[in-house]
Order: sequence, then C-alpha cells, then structure tokens
Amino acid sequence: MNYQPNERGYWGEFGGRFVPETLMSPLEELTSAYFAVRDDAEFQTEFLQLLRDFSGRPTPLFYAKRWSESLGGARIYLKREDLGHTGSHKINNAVGQILLARRMGKKRIIAETGAGQHGVATATVCALFGLECVVYMGTEDMRRQELNVFRMRLMGAEVRGVDSGSRTLKDAINEALRDWVTNVDSTYYLLGSALGPHPYPLMVRDFQSVIGKESREQFLEKNGELPTALVACVGGGSNSIGLFHPFLNDESVRMIGVEAGGKGNNLGEHAARFNKAGGGKIGVLQGTKSYLLQNDDGQIALTHSISAGLDYASVGPEHAFLQSIGRVEYAMAMDDEALKAFQILSQTEGIIPALESSHAIAHLLKLAPEMSPSQTIICNLSGRGDKDVNQVQEMLNNESQINKTGKTMADSGIKMA
Amino acid sequence: MNRITKKFTELKSQSRSGFIPFIVAGDPNLETTKELVLLLAESGASVIELGVPFSDPVADGVTIQAAAERALLNPISVKDILRMVAEVRAEECETPIIVFSYFNPILQFGLERFAVEAVKSGVDGILVTDLVPEEAEEFRTILTAKSMSLIMLAAPTSSDERLKKICEKASGFVYAVSRAGVTGARNETSGDAKTLVERLRKFTDLPIAVGFGISTAAQITETCKYADGAVVGSAIVAEIGRLGDSAHLVKGVREFVRKLLPEEFSADDLH
Repeated sequence: MNYQPNERGYWGEFGGRFVPETLMSPLEELTSAYFAVRDDAEFQTEFLQLLRDFSGRPTPLFYAKRWSESLGGARIYLKREDLGHTGSHKINNAVGQILLARRMGKKRIIAETGAGQHGVATATVCALFGLECVVYMGTEDMRRQELNVFRMRLMGAEVRGVDSGSRTLKDAINEALRDWVTNVDSTYYLLGSALGPHPYPLMVRDFQSVIGKESREQFLEKNGELPTALVACVGGGSNSIGLFHPFLNDESVRMIGVEAGGKGNNLGEHAARFNKAGGGKIGVLQGTKSYLLQNDDGQIALTHSISAGLDYASVGPEHAFLQSIGRVEYAMAMDDEALKAFQILSQTEGIIPALESSHAIAHLLKLAPEMSPSQTIICNLSGRGDKDVNQVQEMLNNESQINKTGKTMADSGIKMA
Repeated sequence: MNRITKKFTELKSQSRSGFIPFIVAGDPNLETTKELVLLLAESGASVIELGVPFSDPVADGVTIQAAAERALLNPISVKDILRMVAEVRAEECETPIIVFSYFNPILQFGLERFAVEAVKSGVDGILVTDLVPEEAEEFRTILTAKSMSLIMLAAPTSSDERLKKICEKASGFVYAVSRAGVTGARNETSGDAKTLVERLRKFTDLPIAVGFGISTAAQITETCKYADGAVVGSAIVAEIGRLGDSAHLVKGVREFVRKLLPEEFSADDLH
C-alpha cells in the first residue's frame, strides 16, 4: 500500500475539503504549488539543508537505558525532537511551508497554535525570512503557555487572543480560517498539524516524515533490524504521523498513537476522539472528515487535556483511516498519568518532556514492562517540557505532591505504574 | 414547481428582485423564531433563510457567531427546527424557506432523513456553507429525488471552471458571495459582487441572489439592479441580539425591517 490520499484528498472515507467556496481557489492554488515542489530536487535540498543548518537535524535517537532497565521490559529509544530548534517537531513543517509560501510570493503568514509550539516555530521562520506573522491562540492556552506567547512576540509576531468556544486550539483554527477567507490574496495560512482541508494533511505529513525516515535509518544502523513498536502522542497528529508514515509498509512494526484521556470518559472531560464510549463519531470539522468529539446534534464538544497541544476535538484524517484499517492502534493516557510520566522521565533520564509527549511516555510505562528486553520501542519525544514547568509546578504544589527527594518519587512512580 | 422557483418566476414577471432575510433559528428561542419567520413573511420577504446554529461557524463574523452562541444556550436540533417550520406552514404561510447550515449538523441528522423530514415540514431548499460542489454529489442526488433545492455558494475567488461546476450542482437559486470574507455588515458594497453575478449568468439561468455585507436600504436597491435577490443577514441578526429576549423583540424587528426595506419592496408585497 502507498498510503497516499486520492486526488480529492481522501484516505478511504476520511479527508476531503469542506470549506466555504471562497477558500477553494486558494486551496487549489496551494495544492498545485505543493505538488510542483513535492518531487522537486532543488526544493527538497533547500528544505533538508535548512533543517540541518538552522534547526539542527538530524535529531538524535537516544537509548533510554536507565529508564528501560527500571521498567524491566522492552528497550526504549527516544527520538529527540525536543532537541531541534524551538524545542519541538513543529519546526519541520514550519520550515517546509515557509519555503513554499516564499515560492508562492506570499508576504503575510498566519497560523494557529495550541500549546504555542507551532506558533513559535512559525514566528521563528517568519523572523528568519522577514515575513509578517500573525498567530491566533485561544486565551485559555495563552494563560497556560505564557512563555511561548512571549517568545512569539519577541520574534516579532503578533499574537491575537481568541475568546470564543473553549478558547483553545479549535477556536484558534476557526479564527485563522476567518482571517484567511478575508485576506486570501495576500495571505498564506501555515497550518500546524496534519489536519484541515486537502492538501494540508498530506503536506504536513510529508514535511514531518523526516522524523520517521531518520528514526528508521538511525535504528537500523544501531541495531541492524527494525523496532518492535512505535509510540507517539496524537493531538492533531503531526508528530505521530511523521514518525509512523515511513514505517507503514514494515508490517512487523506495531504502531500506537496515544490520545489525551483527560480526567474522565464523559464528553468534555477528554480529547480521545477514537474513544467511542467517550463520544467520538465520524463527522466534518474545519475542512476535513474524520473522528470528532460531538453531541448527537452534531455540535462540537468542548474538550479537556492537561496539555494544550492535545486538547482538540478532531484528529487528522490519515489517522482516522489508519485506525479504520487497524494499521495503527490508539490508546489513551490520563492527565495524572501524563503528569507522573513527566516527572519520571525527568528523574530517570534527565530529560524534561513536553506534557504532550508525556502522554506517549505514560503509555510506555504500561507497555514496556509487558514486553521483553529483546524487543524495542521508538518513542517520539516530540517536544521539550520547559514551556510546561510553571504549569506543572503549580499543579504539583496544589496537590502537595512535591517531594524533596526526587529519586524516591521517581522510583515510587515506576512501581505505581 | 416548488415555492422557490414559483416565487422567482413571479418576481421576474413583475421585473422585480427579492428581499431575502436571514435569521438564526433558536435565537433567542424557537418560539420567537417562529414569530419572526411569520413577521418576515408578512413584511415582504421573498425567501427566508433559516440558519442552523453551529458551534464552529468558520464562515461567519462576530454577529452571527454571537447569535449561534445565544441559540445554543439551550439544546436545539435540526428536528426541532423542522418542527418549527411545520408550525409556520400550518399558519398558511407560503413564503419559501431554506435551511442554511454547516455540514456537520446535517450529516449527524442523516442526509436521507433530512431530505424526507424537510419536505414533510415544508422546507424548500438547503444551503450548506462548507459543502463545495466536489463534496456535494451524494447529498444533491438525495435532495433532487425529493424535489428539494440545493442552493450553492459562488465566490469572487471562484474560477470560471468552478462557477460552471457550482451552477451544474445548484437548484432553486445561486447564492453569490459579495466579497472574500466572513458574514457581517459593511457600509460599502463591493464591486466584486456585480462582476461575479455577470460571470455567473454565463453558466446558469437560475436566479442569482447576492449576500454578505448588505445592511442598508441603499445597498439593497443597488444590489437589486443586477441581482435577482439581496440577502440581509447580520444587520437583522444584530437587531435581534440588541433587543434580546424581550417583549418588544418581534415588534422591534418589524419596525427595523420596515425601515430597512426600500419602498418598492414593502409597499406592494404585504400579503
């Protein structure tokens, strides 16, 4: 299977273009511009050089020995996207799309952001090329990710707070779409996840596939064989599809996407779209057909996650397809499990993961001990946790969980897992 | 002949264009919406557009976003809205009514079920904001079988090739979006609208209505010089929002529409 969408942007029954007519011509223009560079050697060289020289790729594939041994199961390798410039995988897509926007002659860039990582990546590449940048961000997310708001502004971007709905990622995308529909001629919409109308899910996946291509090569070089499993968190789904995609035809490799289980199974308490008991159903939102958290009347539900980057009511259409054919499994990690994982990785490996990535780490706490040391897992460490430390400190203080002897806490955490 | 076609044929024979008001169903509640529909019909509306409130209205500006939020304070379903239309028809109101919705609420209700129930309730057509011709075929087939019109949007950014596709899928009338952007009142009328209507005439004999940004009598008059209908949405919706859930609401909107409509509309269409 080649796992490519059809010409209308569908993987099976998922994807497509559900947008106001005004956006159709810009989307057609974007699609032909993208397909013109997709197999263009000069563009691809420029893209990879910039990722190398500006962003620091390739990112390392790190064997987390102490943590793996403490879990007593599979050997875990961390793909260190947290070490790339700006601190998350979002820079890969931002670099790719800004090069495309330049080729298209666009001078004004808009973006949405949840956790702020995509906003920071976009502000960064706009500063690099001297382009005007406007980032839409829910005011709830601005509160929890204050540091990223400052970083964007520092680099010259205008951050516009969005006060509608749940004041998170979904609402920021709505506002970015409204801006785009109003300023179609001058503006390039630099969408940050494998979401939205065709060609975004395909294009973002292609740019993020550098994660999986590198991981596959690095792993083969170290071990002479393929990993047993891949694990990554899934919000919109760009870091996970970037890791998974180059492995899809490696049939022996098991793949698990981890959604945000939040604090419970009721609609509004989580962001686990594939959790049918939690209200996930097929629907259309923000330009694409996929799984959605919604009520019986088709109104989109509010969502909750401890991590702003996973707090979204829909999921990229390619994930919906991979789920439907059973190629990728989807699991959940709850808020408190992610919070615990955040601390455990910090204390056993000296790596503070983003709260988003902590959901993948949390799943490994269950999965790795069920596997044998002869088996291996690549986990995408999609971002670093610096942006989250204030929030986590606050939560731990509130719960009086702070333990002055960090080592003991980590050990007890592992036993609890 | 369904009510939409009949109405536009009648207007044409009188060399007139239509006034097409838009309101959000359930704002502030469905009972009031029913009264407002009846009032709009009496006040000279040629076609009434009934918006289905949606949680994520990406094509709408702040006025209609706020109206949708108000409507969604209480649970409201497509079924409730269709039942309200049936009640309007029971009052012997024959003004064409079209449902104006984002796709997801209709998809969850069921496309086939919508067509069946909408016909039964007396709805004449549907416009789906985020359903472009490439995605519309299945729904169009279902609607056509029930003689329900599918009103398609055309935009100034649409290429001729797209306009042709849009006109092929459309029935009832074509809705020309006056400018790139979201819904909402504007003081000036965009020159793009007239150009778009002229371009559309090459591809269709269907009536063409213009909407987005029309909020004054002067704009309605101007638009009706070249289009078959003028849609007024945000201006009326803002008035509903301003008056809120008060006893004066219906009376206030009646007064607002009376002042909004150029004389040639209100004078002789009060039946």
